[in-house]
Amino acid sequence: MSSNRILMVTFSGILYFLFQVLILKNLVLFGGGFCFLYLLFILLLPVQIKTIPTLLISFFLGLGVDLFYDTLGIHAASLVAVGFIRHRWLQVLVPTGGYDDDLQPSLLNMGFGWFLSYSFPLIIIHHSLFFYIESLGTDLFMSSVQKIIASAIFVFIMSIIVQLLFYRRRRGI
Amino acid sequence: MQRILLFLYKIRAFLLFVLLEVIAIWMIASNNSQQGAAFFNSSNQFIGSILDTQNDVVEYFSLSSVNKSLVDKNAELLTELEKLRQPADSVFIELDSVLSSTFQFKGAKVINNSLRLTQNHLTINKGSNHGIKQGMGVFNEEGVVGRVKSVSKNYASIISLLHTELLISSKIKSNDVFGSTKWDGKNPRMAKLMYVPRHVVVEVGDEIVTSGYNAIFPEGIPIGIVVEIRPGPETNYLDITIELATDFSKISYVYLVENFQQQELDSLYQSTGINYE
Repeated sequence: MSSNRILMVTFSGILYFLFQVLILKNLVLFGGGFCFLYLLFILLLPVQIKTIPTLLISFFLGLGVDLFYDTLGIHAASLVAVGFIRHRWLQVLVPTGGYDDDLQPSLLNMGFGWFLSYSFPLIIIHHSLFFYIESLGTDLFMSSVQKIIASAIFVFIMSIIVQLLFYRRRRGI
Repeated sequence: MQRILLFLYKIRAFLLFVLLEVIAIWMIASNNSQQGAAFFNSSNQFIGSILDTQNDVVEYFSLSSVNKSLVDKNAELLTELEKLRQPADSVFIELDSVLSSTFQFKGAKVINNSLRLTQNHLTINKGSNHGIKQGMGVFNEEGVVGRVKSVSKNYASIISLLHTELLISSKIKSNDVFGSTKWDGKNPRMAKLMYVPRHVVVEVGDEIVTSGYNAIFPEGIPIGIVVEIRPGPETNYLDITIELATDFSKISYVYLVENFQQQELDSLYQSTGINYE
């Protein structure tokens, strides 16, 4: 990975973070649709990044978001879980011929069907963990399930829009 | 030995995963207490200043409604003042110490707010430099908002009333029966009034106010209005739903209240083993 590319990824990470904590934090659709778009940053990390760097990146990104949401540790815990599963999940979904070097597993590079089967389970895992931990100790199971489904669909649609608007084929932002 | 090390090296990603999760869970657990450490949340100096800047931009959008509510409150206070103003020829009587003022009020601006989670918090732009302390009560011109959780030099984070762990000692205004207000985590406009015994006559439309028992809030700050009464699942208590007086989606300025005698009261409660929540 060229240094230019690393710079781009870092920059997009900071952008995702700021966008999340300053703008998306205040956006909740119909009282249940949260937009945790920062998850897309972890999903779209280049394919050859291994589990350990992904874990560290997700931990610190999650912690940063937590500080602004006043939910210390919850975002971090659920994002770390996604970071851990991501690499294995990519291996499961490997297309015939394998991944190209330095490939970004995005909608434009891989196609809609592949991206749906790649991202949606990870989004669901992240949201289930988040809302489950968040409502721990209360009897709000049903409303958590509503929030999980609503938010997952919302985040998925947002992630498609963001990729169509700001990403190019084969290259990052 | 080498084999063990090799094995550990092989599963290093998993070990790191477990380590990070343990750290995160430890953070969740230690942050869950109502009076948390001040550093790792939005009352942190650096994060506070970012939120402050953000709020500087966003607050213009709500300026007119904020102005209106402040004007309303001013008008209300002026009428109250008019009542208290003494005619020139009346005899002035020094009040008994029972009635002397034990509360002090401060104002602050909300720079961060959430209402859709099950444990919501707010951040305000005043901290220990301005005399804000842990545990102070917070309200606005509409009603109760919450309690100060932690304080840094210039910022403080507040547990919102929309937090499933926060109990506010409250009473029914018409008949002085007291209970505890607690949010059930569902609708940010509704909360529950708990521990009201079955024999009490409550009616839809009754006003719920703070009781003043736990010495955080003065007596009589509005909390909400009763909208539904049902026999609760627990045989001894009614299940009362109240509509909160405060619209948490529109909070922009709040007042903080400090009770000078709280320490005295707390130590008295502690030594007698009473716990008012």
